[in-house]
Amino acid sequence: MSLNLNPNFSETGKRYFSAYSPGDDFYEMLISAHRDLSDEQSELLNARLILLLANHIGDIGTLREALDIAREGV
Amino acid sequence: MLKTYTYPKFEYRTPPEIASGKTLKVPVVVVGAGPVGLGAALDLQLHDVPVLVLDEDDTVSIGSRGVCYAKRALEILDRYGVGDAVCEKGVSWNVGRTFFREQEVYNFNLVPEPDHHRPGMVNLQQYYLEEYLATRAASRPNIELRWRNKVVSVAQTGQTVTLKVETEDGFYTVETDWLIAADGARSPIRRMLDLEIDGKIFMDRFLIADVVMKADFPSERWFWFDPPFHPGQSVLLHKQTDSVFRIDFQLGWDADPEEAKKPENVLPRIKAMLGDEREFELEWVSVYTFQCRRMGSFNHGRVLFVGDAAHQVSPFGARGANSGLQDVDNLGWKLKLVIDGKAPVALLDSYSEERIFAADENLVNSTRSTDFITPKSKVSRTFRNAVLGLAKNHAFGRALVNSGRLSVPAFLTASSLTTPDEVGDTFAGRMLPGAPMDDAPLRGNGDDCWLLDKVGNRFIALYFAEDAAVLPAPTLAMLANLSSGGIAVKPLVIAARPGRLAGDIPVLDDPRGIAAQRYDAQPGTVYLLRPDQHVAARWRRLDEAKVRAAVARATCNT
Repeated sequence: MSLNLNPNFSETGKRYFSAYSPGDDFYEMLISAHRDLSDEQSELLNARLILLLANHIGDIGTLREALDIAREGV
Repeated sequence: MLKTYTYPKFEYRTPPEIASGKTLKVPVVVVGAGPVGLGAALDLQLHDVPVLVLDEDDTVSIGSRGVCYAKRALEILDRYGVGDAVCEKGVSWNVGRTFFREQEVYNFNLVPEPDHHRPGMVNLQQYYLEEYLATRAASRPNIELRWRNKVVSVAQTGQTVTLKVETEDGFYTVETDWLIAADGARSPIRRMLDLEIDGKIFMDRFLIADVVMKADFPSERWFWFDPPFHPGQSVLLHKQTDSVFRIDFQLGWDADPEEAKKPENVLPRIKAMLGDEREFELEWVSVYTFQCRRMGSFNHGRVLFVGDAAHQVSPFGARGANSGLQDVDNLGWKLKLVIDGKAPVALLDSYSEERIFAADENLVNSTRSTDFITPKSKVSRTFRNAVLGLAKNHAFGRALVNSGRLSVPAFLTASSLTTPDEVGDTFAGRMLPGAPMDDAPLRGNGDDCWLLDKVGNRFIALYFAEDAAVLPAPTLAMLANLSSGGIAVKPLVIAARPGRLAGDIPVLDDPRGIAAQRYDAQPGTVYLLRPDQHVAARWRRLDEAKVRAAVARATCNT
């Protein structure tokens, strides 16, 4: 498995009429999850989220690729 | 201050009712002669409904204001007779560049999908659009425009709306069966009727400037996040017609609008943005805030709210004037059927239902853009900047960059007027019941034409055939029969091969099969089209009773 860097969001059973809609749905959900949190709480939420998603992906090679790309832009 | 445009002054005439003291009685009054009010009048005159338009002013929009007119609005303007004028005067652009701090993070080229009459969007200052609409309206026999006529009171009793109108020569009274309120975001009609509009103000201010470039400047849309010449904020540069560029500077909530508007404060901002060597002139400048809100219902008895009077969104995505034109596109045919007694008043509830659905979609999309452009928290800004950083090299990041999602029409798939597909009828593509119609190039009588120019203003049964000349007699009889009855359905045959019918049913050829492909049509497929060019229903086989039932459903006659 290699890291998918193309747009990849969708929701089962939902039909989209604009290509940007599923990505925007996710982004709104992500920002809403942080509503009313302090900066420290937001940091913790992000850490928990990364761990959950990393476990879901599972494949270490894919995760290494993602970590490399994430780090090179910081 | 404006140098590229001369404002027309529309003539005020003393209303005869002032001398006579008589009450003026008309079937429909539109208050507000902006793009949406004039659109409402032009839609109704297509249905031979006489309209009186009242406006407190006597010219067009001051400054550019609305800029982008999207494909669906252009198609509606085609029905109103000004689509060509707008597209000829307006400018198209395809290249957009997005900058983050010093760097261009990506650019896109919106090459339009071929085989549509109208492009994805045209940029044009709002005053041109209003001028074309007003000129067109003045030329129509069923429209009376009264400039510098201000409504000062409104009352609704039973089936009549009574207006008191003020002019420089005195007051008069108008009684009307229907009032269309197109009087803008601050809608005096809405206020006089004590009706609520709920939502929120965005705590931000934007400086907008119309600038004339002296030298060549590319016809592109440039959007900056956090640029060095305006740190921490966003800036948008958009090409308009006559070498006028529109610049929007985000100022933040604490900015003093009066100070920010002064030329000595505006000019350095623009110079910093363009670099010193480019010559330009400032034409118009303004500061605005915006709200995202809508009324709970767009119809209140005999009063119908359209455009900004009914709903307001942030400007990102050009969903203001575009959605207002879609309101009147949705309303005109329904009001006509109700006036003629061919549909119950409940059909106007569907105007509110369908346009609230669309307004909510517009509110969601423009709010998302606003939240991306102006992050409200530290973590939100971090995510925004991370997206912009990833966008440079990765496609998924580009898809998440949200500097405005351009207005697209709503798919009314869940509307109570829409007849869903029958079980067993399967269709590919996006022309499902409730969809706004896709255009397609056709040929009729040896000439090229467009599908969307051939439908609209009435119900149409679009029947797809291989060869029109060999259609069986029962099919022809069924198609011809649809024209009779309370609500006529005009048949239109789309044939893969050129050929004529024996009867008087019109036939258009689909030589490259693009219409058949976009509508996933097979010989015998039939689409029922609404007067506003939305799909009402479709079947793989023509059945007169089913078409009539779908028309009844689309007009609340069930």
